[in-house]
Amino acid sequence: MKTPNTWCPGCGNFSIDMAAKNVIEKMDKSKVAITAGIGCHAKIIDYVNVNSFYGLHGRPVPVAVGIKLANPELDVLAFSGDGDSLNEGISHLIHAAKRNSDITVVLHQNRNFALTVKQFTASSPKGFISNSSPDGNPEEPLNALEVVHAAGAGFIARSFTGEMKHLEETLEEAVKHKGFSFVEVLQSCPAWQGNGEDYHEKTYKMRKLPRNPLKRMKEWNYDNGERIPLGVFKKEEKSTFEEEMKTGKKKVNVLEILNSSA
Amino acid sequence: MEDFQVLIGGRAGQGSKATGRLIAKVLNRYGYKIYIYEDYPSLIRGGHNFSLLRASRERKRSIKKKIDFLLALNEDTIEKHSEKLDGELLFNSDKVDCEGVGVPIETIAKKHGEKIMQNTALLGAFCKLVGVEKEILKEVISNMPKPEKNMAVAEEAYSKIESKCNLEKCGDPDPLITGNEALSLGALEAGLENYFAYPMTPSTSILHFLADLKQDHNIQVMQPENEIAVINAALGAAYAGKRSMVGTSGGGFALMAEGVSLAAVSETPIVIVESQRAGPASGVPTYNAQSDLKFVLSAGHGDFLRIVFTPGDAEEAFYLTNLAMNMTWKYQIPAIVLIDKDISESTFSFDRSTLEMAEYWEESKNGCGPDYQRYQDTDFGISPICYPGGEATVRATSYEHDEYGTTTEIPEKIVKMQDKRMKKETILKEEIDRLGLIKTFGESDKAIVTWGSSKMAAKEAGKKAGWKVIQIMSFAPFPEKAFREALEGVERVAVVEGNRMGQAADIVERYVNVDQKILKYDGRPFYEEEIVEELEGS
Repeated sequence: MKTPNTWCPGCGNFSIDMAAKNVIEKMDKSKVAITAGIGCHAKIIDYVNVNSFYGLHGRPVPVAVGIKLANPELDVLAFSGDGDSLNEGISHLIHAAKRNSDITVVLHQNRNFALTVKQFTASSPKGFISNSSPDGNPEEPLNALEVVHAAGAGFIARSFTGEMKHLEETLEEAVKHKGFSFVEVLQSCPAWQGNGEDYHEKTYKMRKLPRNPLKRMKEWNYDNGERIPLGVFKKEEKSTFEEEMKTGKKKVNVLEILNSSA
Repeated sequence: MEDFQVLIGGRAGQGSKATGRLIAKVLNRYGYKIYIYEDYPSLIRGGHNFSLLRASRERKRSIKKKIDFLLALNEDTIEKHSEKLDGELLFNSDKVDCEGVGVPIETIAKKHGEKIMQNTALLGAFCKLVGVEKEILKEVISNMPKPEKNMAVAEEAYSKIESKCNLEKCGDPDPLITGNEALSLGALEAGLENYFAYPMTPSTSILHFLADLKQDHNIQVMQPENEIAVINAALGAAYAGKRSMVGTSGGGFALMAEGVSLAAVSETPIVIVESQRAGPASGVPTYNAQSDLKFVLSAGHGDFLRIVFTPGDAEEAFYLTNLAMNMTWKYQIPAIVLIDKDISESTFSFDRSTLEMAEYWEESKNGCGPDYQRYQDTDFGISPICYPGGEATVRATSYEHDEYGTTTEIPEKIVKMQDKRMKKETILKEEIDRLGLIKTFGESDKAIVTWGSSKMAAKEAGKKAGWKVIQIMSFAPFPEKAFREALEGVERVAVVEGNRMGQAADIVERYVNVDQKILKYDGRPFYEEEIVEELEGS
């Protein structure tokens, strides 16, 4: 069934939608499950015909963690936004990275609450004029990459909706990575930020993994700065949460347990 | 002895609870039915802890004021409880000097074992005092760690004192489990595969019990970052096909409330155990209350059906959690098991025959093909449930949606899907009527109506005062038919419950006039005598 698309013309979500579809097409679709929170990003659920759990605001990550733990055979992608996982649900993002749950989090980074018609989020620039900050955002923006890096994420990357090939390749690499993967996708918001973003101008692609990922993450502080690096900042495999959570094999025998309690 | 109470008290860390459990095991072997009430403040060292153990030939699950044996690990225990003692005082003579039976339990423990074994010494002394055969004491100690040292300690204490009575065997031993263990076993019998929880008294021991079981058994147990993650992860697991359960207390449940609503609209099965403690807010963390009834009945935004069961003891916790798990998978609506601290943490001689009530209802997986509709509208509103990983594309959602799970804002669709979900109510109510879920004890034109742990004392009080006792085991759906039948011929109604506002009484008022409310909200359980006095004073 065809669902009418309701993203604004020029919205970066179209690129993420297409890149995700192309990546999923290459996978065993029946083994893919996607989750999303609430926000413009989340509408992707209605546009991709694949197993999905369209969750609550801020909660796509814990739902994805639960799905993966319950059935590690599934490839699980959590789509989220900056309001979704840097504001409402940031604790879930940090803990999923910390526990190395084998899921891929795609963060649609448009740096404002768009669906609720323009308020500042954790990653909005300082001074950002919005309906909840008419005098300008009073807070410094949060560097999403630094947050997941501090939490121990194994795979950290950044892409941009204006670079389709890069975006698709990065998503594919993230999905294939064993362990927690985080991809921040920079996108402009045509409705509320006008053409104020100059990602085309400022972004550049890193040729290889940086030797000092944190230094490279800090190159752009989400406020000013001339150059925004794109690409994979960190790629490190370690045992996954699901591997660590192995259970015993015995079937529970309630009568046996009762008898041993006397 | 027909029916007696033993109180074991001491500082936190002195082992009063462990002593209580050991004594329970000994008396269990004589066929006594055990109930242990645990009383402890929210701290790790110091304070005053006690276990009140009732042993009776018939199953009695309440506490009385009179203590027959007072076992004091410290002086504080004597000061706090000797007023209620009408029997023997057994005390730690290393710490206390007074009248009664003194045993130098610390000296004995240090001489034959380790200082920590003073509770084994107390056990040995108690066993001699009531005339327990040494063989039975040996049997219990053989299951402890370091059995040789513990036995040497117990034997020395045993030899130090004279017997005051002679216990006789009056039956066979039962399993000895807590309410939290019982409900976990009930859930396991209904196929529990994944348990998610964040620690919170008094639900925490479910997490401990299942985490311990996980080491050898195929049960998955996860402790996520907070209760919001708990319910969301559990719903994710259930969506992926695993029978999931979460456990918490009122404060944690408050955080889960949005998830209850999510379970409802996404029609994802989930069992939520809410073990109440005294609120509001942090309240009195290790003491009891039954004050979350209205909260769980209404928690979660929007209109939706739910199941709320209210067990009143370990057997009912087993049975109703088993039923809740089966029903949430059958009806795809959230099922809440509302218990309280005095069921969760109390120890019971568990009636093995309850096991026969356990069932496993398999969910129907018809229609899991390529054109699968997660929210297919059916005669009774129940859609076939399929999981990701197979032929069907399974699309669950928090938004209002069409049959495939695609978001909708079309008025006719909204109405259709709301009606679809509510349609389940018809057969759900029929099922509740079939199950009854109202228990009655005794016959009289005067009736106590009660629920949860208060039923334990109310049942004994009703017997003594000559009142009928009516126990409500489901508040959603409310078993109206069975309740009305139970009320036939009743002219006077007293509601007994553990809260300040009379939350169940308000609900009972819809069906019958409530003449009297007997409410207790000091964190402690009802004594049988308290209820009898209130009934007679009215």
